[in-house]
Amino acid sequence: MTDRIIDIRQAIKEAIYEEMKRDPSVIFMGQDVSFQVQNMLPEFGTERIIDTPFNEPGEVGIAMGAAIGGLRPIVDLHFFDFIALAMDLIVNHIAKYHYMSGGKTSIPLVIRVSNHVLRGAGASQSQSLEAWFAHIPGLITIMPSTPYDAKGLLKSAIRNNNPVIFIDHINLNNTKGPVPEGEYLVPIGKADIKRKGKDLTIVATQSQVINSLNAAEKLIHEGIDCEVIDPRTLIPLDMEVITNSIKKTHRLLVVNESTPTCGYAAEIMARACETAWEFLDAPIMRLTSENVPIPHSPALESLCIPDEEKIIEKARKILNM
Amino acid sequence: MENQDDKYIDMYKKMVLIREFEKSISKLYKEGKYIKNTQILCTGEEGVAVGLNAALKRGDWIQNAVRDHGMFLAKGGDIKSLMAEIMGRANGCCKGKGGSYHLDDPEAGILGMCSILATPTSYATGVAFACKQKKNEHVVVSLIGDGAINYGIFYEVVNMAALWKLPIVYVCVRNQFVEMSYSERYFPDQDLTKRTEPYGFKGIEVDGNDVLAMYDVSSQAIEKARRGGGPSFIVANTYRAANHTEKDPGLYRKSGELEIWTDENHDPLLRFQSYLIKEEIIPDYEVEAIKNANRKIINEAIEYAKNSPWPEPQALYEDIFA
Repeated sequence: MTDRIIDIRQAIKEAIYEEMKRDPSVIFMGQDVSFQVQNMLPEFGTERIIDTPFNEPGEVGIAMGAAIGGLRPIVDLHFFDFIALAMDLIVNHIAKYHYMSGGKTSIPLVIRVSNHVLRGAGASQSQSLEAWFAHIPGLITIMPSTPYDAKGLLKSAIRNNNPVIFIDHINLNNTKGPVPEGEYLVPIGKADIKRKGKDLTIVATQSQVINSLNAAEKLIHEGIDCEVIDPRTLIPLDMEVITNSIKKTHRLLVVNESTPTCGYAAEIMARACETAWEFLDAPIMRLTSENVPIPHSPALESLCIPDEEKIIEKARKILNM
Repeated sequence: MENQDDKYIDMYKKMVLIREFEKSISKLYKEGKYIKNTQILCTGEEGVAVGLNAALKRGDWIQNAVRDHGMFLAKGGDIKSLMAEIMGRANGCCKGKGGSYHLDDPEAGILGMCSILATPTSYATGVAFACKQKKNEHVVVSLIGDGAINYGIFYEVVNMAALWKLPIVYVCVRNQFVEMSYSERYFPDQDLTKRTEPYGFKGIEVDGNDVLAMYDVSSQAIEKARRGGGPSFIVANTYRAANHTEKDPGLYRKSGELEIWTDENHDPLLRFQSYLIKEEIIPDYEVEAIKNANRKIINEAIEYAKNSPWPEPQALYEDIFA
């Protein structure tokens, strides 16, 4: 099988198409979804590609019930920030239903959201809220960084019988990468070493994986050889890969695009203290967004988010400790 | 085909069962040994539960509001697994994980509810969406109390149910109270039948303490949904004879009101009983026998639950994921 070079937007559409074709119980619903997948309408019709009224709580509630009733919905909430409207349903009901029912009823549901920072959209359209969902038992949270991972993980998410929060990033939509021609899956709960190295473990999420890889290509010329790990599935987290890396490098930097307090980076750091303390030669460091609401002006917004330069600076700092 | 008299006798027996069940739960809670968390009882609302469920077929669903032991039993949920669940035992209907505030029994078509009011109407509507997609001719009944009917999510999904003509019947159990308040304090307009009118279907008001009227109105709405006629809304007037929880002393009640609503002209069980005796469907000397027979069923369930095992510690991490 040969690989094609396609972008993340295309990879995600392929995943949706293939899973809808394979399983007639898969439906795709949300605001203006028919516009997003126009080319699929003739094949699946408006029964399976459903434009909903603009009601995030209602959309997610209907999707949850549809899952109980035997369908496998993908509900697209678009901007990550808007998921806040549906938090009651996700946290109080969807995440806990299987547990509270004593295992009798499962909720095979994918909630898809997109990160949207660095586009001048301002504070209520630029947040990365994965920590909220990582915190709740009963949810799977996925945040891929490449077309290969995005397609394979979305397919796995749709086939999984549990509720999945699937997070993509609008800024990565056009990034291209190799994707196999035929059928494949990426397993949920497995991290990926995107670059092997021996001096510093960088655990990064989503667009920060790309920034970390670019930073690594520069740092190697300073004699700093970075190992870049992409968890891909945030929860359940593959800590084994990270621990084994720290055994080798003895240093850890976590790079995550959301705000720092109780963010996902803090979780990685806490777990690394639990599993890899004896292997560390320096304190664990994190690089996150600034602890502010994201402002509109490009002069300010560009200061908020980790970038290649900040990663390089932090890496140098850790290696000098 | 079931004869009408037999059906009515069966409905009466169910009402007695629910009445006696809630009495037992109250007693067990007050004793404090086998039930420690406070209970939310549906005493006085048996007419709504039984009338509604008498109109449902196997494969149909109900989504409970929070005061739901009666609905669970009326729908055909198993009494032993209910009692074991309330006592937190491993062979409860939810393995002891859910308790009274999350009873789930998909076999009996009972959707798990949750302490959060009104939100379950959204997934009830989603189940109806799936029923329509699958063309299985099943209907969903979605319950919402008069305390919950101001929540916005209800209107979001009522809109979608109307838009997509979903096979669902929404029932407002208007028991006149929300926690420690009279619910009328929170409605600028007391006519709740208007609540769904902007979405294309007006509510039908019914005396929820007249079990046959409840059965009749429910049957019409359920069969309309089954035929593809879309959603309906029923406002079932009743009275919450129980306090909000068993901890609540009910000091906010208007003086003399409870006595009126539990008398033979208002209490749903006593009204149906008088009717059945007058129509000679049940001889009056059988009333005591029926009560005792149901008490026996309940006592067997209590013994079953008392002797049921507790969940093992490893159960703590089981069933988080499917």
